Amino acid sequence: MNELLKLSLVETVKLIKTKKVSVKEIIEAYINRLDDTEKYNMLSEKNYDEALELANKIDSKKQEDFRPLEGIPIAVKDIFCTVGNKTTASSKILNNFFAPYESTVTKNLKNAGGIVICKTNMDEFAMGSASDTCNKGEVINPWTDDFSKPLTPGGSSGGSAAVVAASGACFSLGTDTGGSIRQPASFCGNVGLKPTYGRCSRYGIIAFASSLDQAGPISKTVEDAAYALTYMASWDKNDSTSANVKMPDLLKNIKESIKGLKVGVPKEYIIDGMSDEIQKLLDNGRTWLKDQGAEIIDISLPHTKVALPCYYIIAPAEASANLARYDGVKFGYRAEGPFKDLNDMYCKTRGEGFGKEVKRRLLIGTYVLSSGYYDAYYIHAQKVRRKIVEDFNSAFKDVDVILSPTAPSDAFVLGEKKEDPINMYLNDVFTVPSSLAGLPAISIPAGLSKNNKPLGLQLISNKFTEDTLLKTAFALEEAASFTHRPNLEK
Amino acid sequence: MSEARPYKISGKTGSWEIVIGLEVHAQVSSKLKLFSNGSASFGSNENENLDLLDIGLPGTLPTINSFVIDQAIKSGLALNAKVNNFSIFDRKNYFYPDLPLGYQISQYKEPIISDGYIDIDINESDSKRIRIERLHLEQDAGKSIHDQSPEDSFIDFNRAGVALMEIVSYPDLSDWEEAGDYVTKLRNILRFANTCDGNMQEGSLRCDANVSVRKPNDDLGTRCEIKNLNSIKNLMKAIEFEANRQVALLESGETIAQETRLFDANSGKTRTMRSKEEAHDYRYFPDPDLLPLKIQEDRIHKISKTLPELPAQLKERLKSQYKLGSYDARVISAELETAKYFEDLSEGRDPKQAANWIISNLFGKLNGIDKSISESPISSKKLGKLLDLVNDGTISNKIAKEVFEEMFISSKEAKEIIEEKGLKQISNEDDIEKLVDKIILENETQVNQFKEGNTKVMGWFVGQVMKLTKGQANPGIVNKIILKKLNN
Repeated sequence: MNELLKLSLVETVKLIKTKKVSVKEIIEAYINRLDDTEKYNMLSEKNYDEALELANKIDSKKQEDFRPLEGIPIAVKDIFCTVGNKTTASSKILNNFFAPYESTVTKNLKNAGGIVICKTNMDEFAMGSASDTCNKGEVINPWTDDFSKPLTPGGSSGGSAAVVAASGACFSLGTDTGGSIRQPASFCGNVGLKPTYGRCSRYGIIAFASSLDQAGPISKTVEDAAYALTYMASWDKNDSTSANVKMPDLLKNIKESIKGLKVGVPKEYIIDGMSDEIQKLLDNGRTWLKDQGAEIIDISLPHTKVALPCYYIIAPAEASANLARYDGVKFGYRAEGPFKDLNDMYCKTRGEGFGKEVKRRLLIGTYVLSSGYYDAYYIHAQKVRRKIVEDFNSAFKDVDVILSPTAPSDAFVLGEKKEDPINMYLNDVFTVPSSLAGLPAISIPAGLSKNNKPLGLQLISNKFTEDTLLKTAFALEEAASFTHRPNLEK
Repeated sequence: MSEARPYKISGKTGSWEIVIGLEVHAQVSSKLKLFSNGSASFGSNENENLDLLDIGLPGTLPTINSFVIDQAIKSGLALNAKVNNFSIFDRKNYFYPDLPLGYQISQYKEPIISDGYIDIDINESDSKRIRIERLHLEQDAGKSIHDQSPEDSFIDFNRAGVALMEIVSYPDLSDWEEAGDYVTKLRNILRFANTCDGNMQEGSLRCDANVSVRKPNDDLGTRCEIKNLNSIKNLMKAIEFEANRQVALLESGETIAQETRLFDANSGKTRTMRSKEEAHDYRYFPDPDLLPLKIQEDRIHKISKTLPELPAQLKERLKSQYKLGSYDARVISAELETAKYFEDLSEGRDPKQAANWIISNLFGKLNGIDKSISESPISSKKLGKLLDLVNDGTISNKIAKEVFEEMFISSKEAKEIIEEKGLKQISNEDDIEKLVDKIILENETQVNQFKEGNTKVMGWFVGQVMKLTKGQANPGIVNKIILKKLNN
């Protein structure tokens, strides 16, 4: 493997600053890698021409004019609108959609010198946990050994996680609604960071569930995640829900000792039927943190059990309205006419344009908002959501960070859970509560399963305390010293 | 306040009470739309005033235009209502091609304004309080165009996202005249407050009417909603038709089906648009793209300081400052433009005279050509100059009316018309004396009648002078000289 591809984001930034290697060389190395790994079906768009053009421009710039992400190749989930590329959210209904505007997050990264090298496949409209609902086919986890039984990279940001696992970009962008950054990071052996809700602007990100969606980086290291988030986040007047809260310096204290830090382990996150290897992973996490001077406290988050049903009411409810705009009238896919009437056009367009999982969720969402069911489902779920927030609020009176597994298993075989949506939804069991509470959370690769596949540990901290979260994550990463990479020579 | 009013419909089975509640959609006067930077102006080319959000492009988000919020607060204060410190924007979900997001952002359970009222005049001395349940903000939809091609429909999204205030009354209105008065007054208040231009032709103000009928003291009857009434005249006609239709049905033993109806201005009838069964389930829920709207007391206070004079206050001021009578004050204060016209005209002149000219002369002529005072061919400045010529004796009141007629047609200055037509008043006593002498000399009979005590003949002599002068002689001077000569 080209040595350049082994570098972390922070190391690559340093190398580019020295001008010892040209940006063109770096971009070319990554393009070659992406070309070599096409079998994993990670990409929705290749942006190589523009990437090379930008690389040439940067190489003619003076060193002192370099911005913090100058020349860094970034893979972007196909849910971020980027000018000049298709943005489809992996849906047929946005088959040929070119947004004439740039998402705030990608704009921030581009302004910091970052280069979008490709856009990545995902679950359609970010609805899924296996990257198997993409209209361009399933994404395959680069950790797959047996191609007759390809593994899922997780979802919905499966393409983005797979690209980082395959060293196809310095880092990638994902979005997380109920675990869509953390679970694929866990399955692919990456770091996945979901910031506090409101930290990154949602402007220009195709909406799934507005009150939950949040952008974040998927990277090789915790330090990379801190570095990337620093240049992604901003308060944005175009997003009413973005937070005008100053971001702490995420890099300054990241390597500091965690001595005296209080880490809570919620008893409700030890669920029935959890495998021994996940239990062992969690025990390791406790020990690692304790060994570094942290105080481990057993805590209770009593409403954890109802978080998943609550999430699967609120997220589809919001989605049912968010996706109503795809009606074949103004942009995107329209079924072939002639139509009997207006309803016929809607039914055919949406019937053909949306995939099965999206339709399932739109139906659930429409149902739970319908008159007669609204109070029993939607209002009830909102009340539960408040209880979950209160659980965390009271927990954070006693602890600084919460530790749990990221997912209940390692990467499973694609198709295995496709016909069993409830089982599929269980993938989100550890990630959903913090999403409902809008809390920052991170997945760190912490070990291998008995199948030699990565397993992640999750840390959750209080709102707007990404600095504490990342400091703890760094300590955990050091202790776990996960250095495994997938073998791509298969 | 008066309560008892004659029942408006007497059917075969006795009298019927009508119960009416109105929903008025008033477009907020604002350069920008409610949640986007699209222009809210009227009359642009199709799809010219669009921001990305206005066609629902994915990833675009609504952000509240705070000027619109200020306008809603101002309207609420002008309607004697409560401004809520906390309100919520909801999504009202339904599919229609002119609804770009697939939902309308509106306010459902927590509106920005609640509990206001308007007092409408029932007669010279009595008024009736019509309670306003709420005023909430919502987005307008686009416009479907069906008449440009036999196969295709087109959509103009210019209006999509424009801010509307939906103002909902309690069912306190008991006949179509009250309904008409209520909307007239509401429109007027919003125009004074400068929060809605009230232009019904351009659709800036539209009404939905909920109408039901019942026997006095019975429970409320089943109501029908008549949608999209775009003039006060149509509103009144629609309610009158609908109430009578319901009475006729009930009296023939049938029942009223709860439904939404449309009014056809050509036939003067209402017809079914959709039945209750076909009604939408709007699946309202709070819009997760927008935070709850919090309004601090000091913001309300600041806006209350900027609230201009409202019709009720103006009416009182007209009475106290200009000493106008109740009737004149009411008519003059009924429209912002009338009040302005009046105040310009009475500047340095007799207010009573100014009011008279507006009410008796100008309004008559304007009604004749179906125009409003703002479209008057005679400006307040021009009319003022005419009054000045009356007041300085250049022309008589009678001639002034003639000049006024001419001005109305030609838009010329009064002075110009007087000169062209030689209408100047003859006030020269010597000239008038010569004429009077001549008439006395030639009409011995009438002179003798006068001397015999028949003073009515005096009028005949004045008439003769006016005839000879084509009405231009100063009537005061003519009277004085005739009396002097006849008594000699």
